[in-house]
Amino acid sequence: MSSTTQNKVCIVIGASHAGVNFAFALRREGWEGEIILYDNDKEFPYHRPPLSKAYLTSEEGTEQSLLFPKENYKTDNIVLKLGIAVNTINKEEKTITLANGSVQQYDKLVIATGARPFLPPIQGLDLAKNVFPMRTAEDAINIRKTINKSLTKRAVIIGGGYIGLETAASLKKLGANVVVLEREERVLARVTAPVMSDFFTQLHQNNGVKILTSKNVISIENKDDHNVVVCDDGTKLNADLIVVGVGIKVNSELAQNAGIVIENGIKVDETAKTNDTDIYAIGDCTYHFNPHYKYHLRLESVQNAVDQAKTAAKAICEQEVVYDTIPWFWSDQFDVKLQIVGLSKGYNQIIIRQEEAKNSFSTWYFKDDELLAVDAVNFAKAYVLGTKFIKSKQKLDKSKISDLSIPFKPNSFLA
Amino acid sequence: MAKITFITSDGNTTIVEGSTGSVMELAVQNKIKGIDGDCGGVCSCATCHVHVNPEQWDKTGAPDELENDMLEFDDNVSEYSRLSCQMKVSEDLDGLILTVAK
Repeated sequence: MSSTTQNKVCIVIGASHAGVNFAFALRREGWEGEIILYDNDKEFPYHRPPLSKAYLTSEEGTEQSLLFPKENYKTDNIVLKLGIAVNTINKEEKTITLANGSVQQYDKLVIATGARPFLPPIQGLDLAKNVFPMRTAEDAINIRKTINKSLTKRAVIIGGGYIGLETAASLKKLGANVVVLEREERVLARVTAPVMSDFFTQLHQNNGVKILTSKNVISIENKDDHNVVVCDDGTKLNADLIVVGVGIKVNSELAQNAGIVIENGIKVDETAKTNDTDIYAIGDCTYHFNPHYKYHLRLESVQNAVDQAKTAAKAICEQEVVYDTIPWFWSDQFDVKLQIVGLSKGYNQIIIRQEEAKNSFSTWYFKDDELLAVDAVNFAKAYVLGTKFIKSKQKLDKSKISDLSIPFKPNSFLA
Repeated sequence: MAKITFITSDGNTTIVEGSTGSVMELAVQNKIKGIDGDCGGVCSCATCHVHVNPEQWDKTGAPDELENDMLEFDDNVSEYSRLSCQMKVSEDLDGLILTVAK
């Protein structure tokens, strides 16, 4: 690094995947000054994806799934300030103000505030008992406790996205009677093709989860010991537990109030920098450019959080860097592992390759001749090969992809 | 307790000790360069790829189907590739030598 960072202070707001990975990456890149992380959440920073999956069905606490072991914060001299809210950012003074009124100076500030669950305006939702989102360890523990305590174990999940479906699968494993209510005509409508929606609907139904689509929840009636979920078509469902998974709201207020440019999230450049030279933003809260797909987007994923964190760390340590990745995601439901690579937005053709094994197939999303994304169900090879093809932009012979007589090898599908 | 040796791409050798968790977690804990474990150890990201010392292959055993599928088309795959998140630390692994994949 050209200038010494010994007496400098880097503050990170938000200690989840993005913030924590950033802190360790910054140290790795050679930052010698202080690194201080703040988060509202009192829990020691943990992996979020397991919350709706393995964590919900286990008896474990988050100590089994810490992002980094506690010792590493000490050895890397990263200061964690948990359970502390940041109230304001003053970018002219280069300070932040904490909820307790104290003021902290920074040289570089990184906003990793993520997002919070969106709670839809449903009448009675705010008064209903045993209603939880699924975002934090506390949410997962509350859900687990509620279902384990209930004798009738009637769970209603509002929202058939990945969070809703993963939670449904986990609750089923805990012995609950689970109903998923989806407002659209199919589950996962916002994120995937109809064929994938059909597959997951079938998977859940085969495992005893009820999936009801085109159900718009309008009110929750509170009874003595349970809730009644009411839909606009008159459907009524008794619920001992309600999980709300209808999307998120970006935590961008702190940045917005400080005069940082917001556009569908905190707008950052290719180095994760905001419109202020000393303020960066990373993870779910950012609106950024993807050079491969050539459009701006916001991404809710571990991959984006971790990779943008690494980018910002390099940039702050004055290295040449451009955030340029192919997004990837995963989801586990029952015995199915879904792996997604790429962004399917704008596709005009899909090719399905069904393997001989049941429940093992892949969906290939094309825009004309360009492969945009692959959804691999219990077939990681398609995920890995799809990643290669998307990155290299190699021309593929689409007819070969669905042909099972052609061996699944890197050169088999080239045009 | 198992002593495991990691050889990183810069040629450095680090010997670490552990008794629980996965080999990936042990590597992250000890800041082994090139082992990231971004997905948290669920065999989804392949950022914990190692090559097992061939003479010790029977110590670790071969990967299962999912792990094998993740590795098969990796540019740096070898006959002795494993994802370290899928290897549990135990006394059986004592003395193991792993080379971190590029």
